[in-house]
Amino acid sequence: MKKNYVGGKIFAALTYVFLYAPIVVLIVFSFNSTKSRTIWSGFTLNWYKELFNDSLIMSSLQTTITVSVIASVAAAVIGTFAAIGFFNMKKNWRSPLLLVNNIPVVNADIITGVSLSLLFVSVGAMLHFELGFGTLLIAHISFDIPYVILSVMPKLYQLDRNLFEAAQDLGCTWFQTIYKAIIPEIMPGIINGLLIAFTMSVDDFVISYFTAGSSVQTLSMTIYAMTRRRISPKINAISTLLFAVVLILLVIVNVRESRQYKAEIKKDKVLKGVLE
Amino acid sequence: MSKGKIFSGAFSAVGGFFDRFRRQSFAYPYVLWMALFVVIPIILIAVYAFTSSSGGFTLDNFSGMIDYAPVFVRSIWLAFVATVACILIGYPVALTISRMSPKNQRILIMLIMLPMWINFLLRTYAWMSLLENTGLINRFLASIGIFDLINSLHAGDLAYTPITHFQLINTDGAVVLGMVYNYLPFMILPIQSVIVKIDPFVIEAAQDLGANSRKVFRKIILPLSLSGVISGITMVFVPAVSTFVISKLLSNGTVMLLGDLIEMQFTGAAYNPHLGSAISLIMMVIVVICMSVMNKFGEGEEQAVVI
Repeated sequence: MKKNYVGGKIFAALTYVFLYAPIVVLIVFSFNSTKSRTIWSGFTLNWYKELFNDSLIMSSLQTTITVSVIASVAAAVIGTFAAIGFFNMKKNWRSPLLLVNNIPVVNADIITGVSLSLLFVSVGAMLHFELGFGTLLIAHISFDIPYVILSVMPKLYQLDRNLFEAAQDLGCTWFQTIYKAIIPEIMPGIINGLLIAFTMSVDDFVISYFTAGSSVQTLSMTIYAMTRRRISPKINAISTLLFAVVLILLVIVNVRESRQYKAEIKKDKVLKGVLE
Repeated sequence: MSKGKIFSGAFSAVGGFFDRFRRQSFAYPYVLWMALFVVIPIILIAVYAFTSSSGGFTLDNFSGMIDYAPVFVRSIWLAFVATVACILIGYPVALTISRMSPKNQRILIMLIMLPMWINFLLRTYAWMSLLENTGLINRFLASIGIFDLINSLHAGDLAYTPITHFQLINTDGAVVLGMVYNYLPFMILPIQSVIVKIDPFVIEAAQDLGANSRKVFRKIILPLSLSGVISGITMVFVPAVSTFVISKLLSNGTVMLLGDLIEMQFTGAAYNPHLGSAISLIMMVIVVICMSVMNKFGEGEEQAVVI
């Protein structure tokens, strides 16, 4: 009873065109020799050259990378410990805490950003500091941690409950239990959470916009300012480069994963053979 | 605790209690963090909403809100339209993807996610060059003679001024389009992930019992995929109702949304965090109401889908 579902496929194909057409246009016009973003007048790489010579763009790129790396690593550490802590709590403590943990995930970005800026501005008035790199970093860590917890918690539930006891029976202190038995088992969850947190940080505009103040700019903030001011094909050039980076990363990750997947299938087969 | 450990358990019960206590203390730094950077900021919003700039209690921030009723209505309406459009486009696409072979599914899902990895400012900016009056869409329509055709229809009408383009950008439609374009993946992904999990034997059983494909869809696939639709709705509606970037870029300020209103109160010349907080508070209430209604529909089946 296999059907072909031609209509559905055509509709899906059109949706993919809808998703990619603007991006293709963006990329094509990054090579356009005039400033126009609609009339093609010849091939050039000038916009890329200008991009790398633009000190504002380069410094904001650096800010974005610095913030994202520090925030995602910090979030991975705090989040992993927090997840282990939550996991060992009684349910009537854990549930409300996880609910609070989910607030930044489900809340609108603008409210997270605005509420943090209220906090930073009012505390800053008392302690004499201003919005800047520090507040930006705290904001990023704050909205990164929930994603780490959400990807580590399921891994903890998959753990064999006896693992704790087995490790302790074998003489591990409580710290060794965590470090030698638990962490390695939940590592895929931690890495996954770290990657999600990193991409969230790189992609964020709204929360940064409200918490960074006027002294620092992330790449998103610079792009926003550029789109508000005037047309510059440098924006197209950034898009193209980012798209290329993402594409390459995704391909690498996928090739690696499918290799792992194949290796696992092989392992399973071998194990089955041994057991039989 | 395993049965064999009951005896030794009696000895280690005290130690076990401390271990558990110790392990749960791992969460304390983050609990403190949440208190400082999640709970207190939200309390601050409430405090600011009910105070004036001199610090006293006031309801003025809310009573002045009636002037902004059209903005509330427009925001909710446009977000609603965008959400419905996302369902109408996203559901068939998710269904089609889930009918492919696992390998193709992987590729197609990756292709849905890929645009999401590009900064959403850039994705929205891309639409500016398509929708402008001299943009690619209008240029294309002109090149195939659409405007000449329309103008020739009005040939005898003296009051008629010939058109050279359709007004696409700076309209409600452009803002909705921007929302659909940006948030469509949030609808497709949860629906697809739910449909894939439907047990194929259930579908086969229905077919064996004489259900045609339409009935299978209506009686099995649709009800079982509803939880995906519901998480999709919240994932589209919440960012759509609170956006200010899409309306800024695609309407240049002509279409004012709740997000724009809040943003104006916290940045720029009209700095008024008290009014901004009051609007934010109402928006949070709207979002919470929408989500709890949605959760009722989902009968608690809704799950956090993290991409």
